[in-house]
Amino acid sequence: MTVEKTRTKTQKERWLDQTYGPATARHAERKERFSTISDEVIEPLYTAEDLAGFDPERDLGFPGEFPYTRGVQPSMYRGRLWTMRQFAGFGSAEDTNRRFHYLLEHGVTGLSTAFDMPTLMGRDCDDPLSRGEVGREGVAVSSLDDMEVLFDRIPLDEVTTSMTINGPASIIWAMYLAAAERRGIPAAKLGGTIQNDILKEYIAQREWIVPVRPAMDMVVDTFRFGSREVPRWNTISISGYHIREAGSTALQELAFTLIDGLEYVKWGVAAGLDPSDFAPRLSFFFDVHNDFFEEIAKFRAARRIWAREIERRYHPSSERALLLRTHAQTAGVSLTAQQPYNNVVRVTLQALAAVLGGTNSLHTNSLDETYALPTEDAVTLALRTQQVIAHESGVADTIDPLAGSYYLESLTDRMERGFQRYLETIEGMGGMVAAVERGYPQREIVEAAFHFQQQVDEGEKTIVGINKYATAEEARIPTLAIDPDVERRQVERIQRTRAKRDAGRWRESIDRLRAAAKSKGELMPAFLECARAYATVGEQVGVLKEVHGEYHDPGYF
Amino acid sequence: MTPAMAGVSRPIRVVVAKAGLDGHDRGAKVVARALRDAGMEVIYTGVHQTPEQVVETAVQEDADAIGLSLLSGAHNYLFPRIAELMKEKGMDDVLLFGGGIIPEEDLPALRTHGVERIFPPGASLEEIVAYVREAVGRKRGVTTHGKER
Repeated sequence: MTVEKTRTKTQKERWLDQTYGPATARHAERKERFSTISDEVIEPLYTAEDLAGFDPERDLGFPGEFPYTRGVQPSMYRGRLWTMRQFAGFGSAEDTNRRFHYLLEHGVTGLSTAFDMPTLMGRDCDDPLSRGEVGREGVAVSSLDDMEVLFDRIPLDEVTTSMTINGPASIIWAMYLAAAERRGIPAAKLGGTIQNDILKEYIAQREWIVPVRPAMDMVVDTFRFGSREVPRWNTISISGYHIREAGSTALQELAFTLIDGLEYVKWGVAAGLDPSDFAPRLSFFFDVHNDFFEEIAKFRAARRIWAREIERRYHPSSERALLLRTHAQTAGVSLTAQQPYNNVVRVTLQALAAVLGGTNSLHTNSLDETYALPTEDAVTLALRTQQVIAHESGVADTIDPLAGSYYLESLTDRMERGFQRYLETIEGMGGMVAAVERGYPQREIVEAAFHFQQQVDEGEKTIVGINKYATAEEARIPTLAIDPDVERRQVERIQRTRAKRDAGRWRESIDRLRAAAKSKGELMPAFLECARAYATVGEQVGVLKEVHGEYHDPGYF
Repeated sequence: MTPAMAGVSRPIRVVVAKAGLDGHDRGAKVVARALRDAGMEVIYTGVHQTPEQVVETAVQEDADAIGLSLLSGAHNYLFPRIAELMKEKGMDDVLLFGGGIIPEEDLPALRTHGVERIFPPGASLEEIVAYVREAVGRKRGVTTHGKER
């Protein structure tokens, strides 16, 4: 083995000297420096020499076995394809309910709810700051009334539902549980995910309510409640997506997300929970960007790092605690308004990378999403893209088909080494909560975003249709218009809800929530009672802000 | 607003703002960095500002320009509201421009409200910097009655 590696190395050097060198001296290459979209240098050729120290048995293992580099399930897509889960939500609860039924009829296998900005920020539709935003970027949900309409005639015990919400995640989850309860479906039968990843809100997405430490306590509270009462529910989806969309590199996305995950586990353990109970319900969510091999490497490295870190720190009795199960979404930020049909091609390549990376669930973006929320036709094409990859390309028929590629394995190793550097830095600061409080990941991301934009402006990075092959005439595509009347109707509905609910029960539920928040008691039972009493999102968030204060953007740039 | 002193060119001061509940701040921050690197004084408001807060910041900071970034679909409310507040405060010499996801058909109406230019996704930093320099210069030229700055 050693002898062979030495020989290969000299062979690569020989090739560089004798063949590659003279050839590139005669004809210069396309660029002086090749690098990934994250600006990691790419060599002209990868050989066994670049895998010094790589041990396939130790570093890859087998699918369904430690360290899970090759996938978390023993048979991967041969057993069951990834979940095709298209994120949807716009306008009123009625509008989105219709879209859900449409998607289910066309073969999606899981629902995923996009809420509007007021809901995400914990504000009611009639809050002055909600003006102009109700139902625009997602569906408006202010109380159990809306939640019941949203999931009308959806079999909640059969379909799994993902809800992308963070600051008020507990409140919205409680409304979903209450809606199921009213239909006689027991909590133990419900499956789904709440995003509930508050750390990345301060790092990237900016949908926060209260300061980071009380917000972390709320997350831990859902871990406790979920493992006890809703065992099939993923109580968090630890998300790199928004970190990447905010401009991070692939490595930063990977590192900050996994370090966020380790921070949640640390807080759960500190609160007296057993990682074997709650860690199996932690799920992940990554972006999948343009740089094909770098993205595949990111998914594979993520599984290996997570398994190794959790094993090293906690030696959990449940093997499921080691599994990094992940959703992926193609990169919204990579789509261009110019020449929008090119986006279909980008999404296809990104989706293929996610599948080759072994994702467990996937959302493909629609070509029109730089303009607006997608039309029905655009969403259908995005879903068909996944179905073609799944059923026609053949890539799903064997497990982890790219394993052993010199290039891919060296990128995977490089990701793991890069993660270790970030881990050291952030642990040196006292962990992710402390790092967020001093703005460290926030500044790293702005730096990377700015660097990338400069590379685009200087033509070092090419975006087809933007800084190369641009055309004066643009294709016009149909876009979805949101009914401007949604806001008025939504405001009327919340007023009706407030008028018809049992005022005594509502008052009691709000008082109970305030008492629980002040005493650092269990919150989920209090949120559930608020949901049943038709307390609104804004009223409940108001109580939390009153007790814990509000968080304001420090505005790092 | 204080007119620029004759013969002295003070740096251009720009308030880069995010209004409403929209949290998409990548573009705003990258543009803020680029304007700062180009020698301008940049005040970034952070996300979740009300129109009143944005305009108040511009007054307090004696800004030459407000650059508003919006990707939430609330542009037809927020841009006109900010323009209206600027008018109320007599800020005729302050430039209002923007960036973000704004459908083509909404642009003419925003222009009549005094939003001179909106940069779509894909605009280059160089283009934005050059525009701010030119447009602020033009505004200063008008309000100082063509005096040499």
